[in-house]
Amino acid sequence: MLRVLKQIAHVGLLSEPLPAHSDEARLREALHADIARVFRRAVSIRQVDAGSCNGCELEIHALENPYYNLQGAGIRFVASPRHADLLLVTGPVSRHMVEALRRTYDATPDPKRVVAVGECGACGGIFGESYASAGAVANVIPVDVVVRGCPPTPTALLQGILAAVRAG
Amino acid sequence: MNPQLTAPDGRSPCRRSTADRGELLALCARTAAAGGRLVSLWASERVGAGSPGFMLHVALQDSVGLHVVGVELDALSPEYPDLSAIFPVAERLQRAAFDLVGVRAIAGDTRPWLRHDAWSATTFPLRHEPVTSAPDVSEPYAFVRVAGDGVHEIPVGPVHAGIIEPGHFRFSVVGEKVLRLEERLGYVHKGIEKRFEDLSLEQGARLAARISGDSAVAFSWAYCMAAEQVTNTLPPPRAAWLRALFLERERLANHLGDLGALGNDAGFAFGLTQFSRLKEDLLRANAHAFGARYLFDAIIPGGVAPDPSAKAMAELSGEADVLEGEVAALRKIYDNHAGMQDRFVGAGELTVQLAGLLGVIGIAGRASGQRWDLRCDSPQLPYTDLGVQRVLRTQGDVAARVAVRFDEIFESLRLCRQLLATMPEGPIATRPADARADASGFGWIEGWRGPAFVALTAGAGNSIARCHPHDPSWHNWPALEHAVIGNIVPDFPLINKSFNLSYSGHDL
Repeated sequence: MLRVLKQIAHVGLLSEPLPAHSDEARLREALHADIARVFRRAVSIRQVDAGSCNGCELEIHALENPYYNLQGAGIRFVASPRHADLLLVTGPVSRHMVEALRRTYDATPDPKRVVAVGECGACGGIFGESYASAGAVANVIPVDVVVRGCPPTPTALLQGILAAVRAG
Repeated sequence: MNPQLTAPDGRSPCRRSTADRGELLALCARTAAAGGRLVSLWASERVGAGSPGFMLHVALQDSVGLHVVGVELDALSPEYPDLSAIFPVAERLQRAAFDLVGVRAIAGDTRPWLRHDAWSATTFPLRHEPVTSAPDVSEPYAFVRVAGDGVHEIPVGPVHAGIIEPGHFRFSVVGEKVLRLEERLGYVHKGIEKRFEDLSLEQGARLAARISGDSAVAFSWAYCMAAEQVTNTLPPPRAAWLRALFLERERLANHLGDLGALGNDAGFAFGLTQFSRLKEDLLRANAHAFGARYLFDAIIPGGVAPDPSAKAMAELSGEADVLEGEVAALRKIYDNHAGMQDRFVGAGELTVQLAGLLGVIGIAGRASGQRWDLRCDSPQLPYTDLGVQRVLRTQGDVAARVAVRFDEIFESLRLCRQLLATMPEGPIATRPADARADASGFGWIEGWRGPAFVALTAGAGNSIARCHPHDPSWHNWPALEHAVIGNIVPDFPLINKSFNLSYSGHDL
């Protein structure tokens, strides 16, 4: 236990300081305000991998590391679409995931937002549309915001989530 | 006998031979008896000049190295003997070969594996006739039922509760104890093998990196290795060193992430916070030195794309030293945390004997006494001179798979330091020549999870006639079904994470 406490003390707090002139700082402050305005509470996100290569998932995981500190901004990931305000969907949508994605979307109560992640979520990426791939997430469910990148950085993901929250 | 392919990168050449159906079984039996293993199995349609028909390809590893056998199959009734009694991993590979090409293993399991309902049972996407429409009715999958008093079925997925890829797990449980687990994968099948055939040899590297994003370096290197064989290209030494640096950093990133996630899955959120910080530092260092956090397009046919400065490399060396100290401190905490060790030790045990029978590979294999590591068994430049230390454990439980990751982190850091210290100067890429049409090449790289394999046949005009990637997860997914038996359902996320297998890499 002592070692644990020593390590915590040694590493310290990593949540990045918010210099007023930084884009990322403005982003996070704006996010707080918009969350309160639109959702009146913390934003709950259900992440759905509808066919990605798993690269986007790696950067989504990074949102919860101490640097980006998503939970500190009032955002958390939830286990069920029924608890979610926002669906964060990576793609392309494999044809074998079309039904699962639709059911997840239908199970998410209103008001809801959908953020499609990555080049693949945006337009099918290098996989395109084929016998196996239905392509962009928007081909299957309504999408509010697209976050491009391959994979998009955690900062880009944060901006996308913010844009979706503001779109209300 | 086809002539030997010379691998110009320091590795012993891949042997190629042909066999008929009768010889195939005997050859596989001999290879297995001598301690060899099946690397991959796939099929292709023969088109163009000569008689139409099909080819079965079987890649084996023996004490010499890679041996790829081609078996001609009949055009009207393409069948071959079931290899799963010799190599259990062949079972699902054979089912997938039927789903995609329509060649059948005689008396094998006939349930579809990769095909759900995106195409019908009588169409085969990798044949040259295009797939027209999908079947109208979704066919139910015949899961094996378990009978008995108090036996319940718990279906999980494809959408999972966390930030994770989709797949289906069908548990049969009594109370909390798992009697049986059956997996159903294929949910993220994206038609990768077919997509390769739309791309040029050069573009194929980008697709290879996206087979399994966490193994972008391993697969893009394996692909480029194969592409360099069909174009007779030798990348310059600096490129080989940088490729190894990228690969070891990919190994580090994944091991750091897994160690944090495993702590979290055992209820020790401190572990996730600490390790995710270290992983973030590593990724930011990648961005600074190489221009991207994840090195998806860093490896190209003929060499690499980013060329780090001497200053950036000196910084990487310093950061490696810091990282080593941090991981050592965290290891002490993990090893001494009674509550977490109580979860890790004895959970998800895969015995050495069972791992050997099933052909388990990579880090999961090395935690259950399976010594395979391409960097030692069949090294190519620059691994030929690095003297990679094999990491091996025999307990086969979650604790062993954690220990293997820790040990490999320290070994990878040592390798990174050595690579940085001995980095050759010079160009970072050679322009590849034109490919010989119908030439085949084989790439084989010890990715962080296990050996990634790519078989590539060039078409005319630097196109791709056939590309078959093989993710090591094919070998290990069946082992997970065994490892969870007798454990409680709440330990499944921990056990699953300790294997951390790829869904996208598997489903192709």
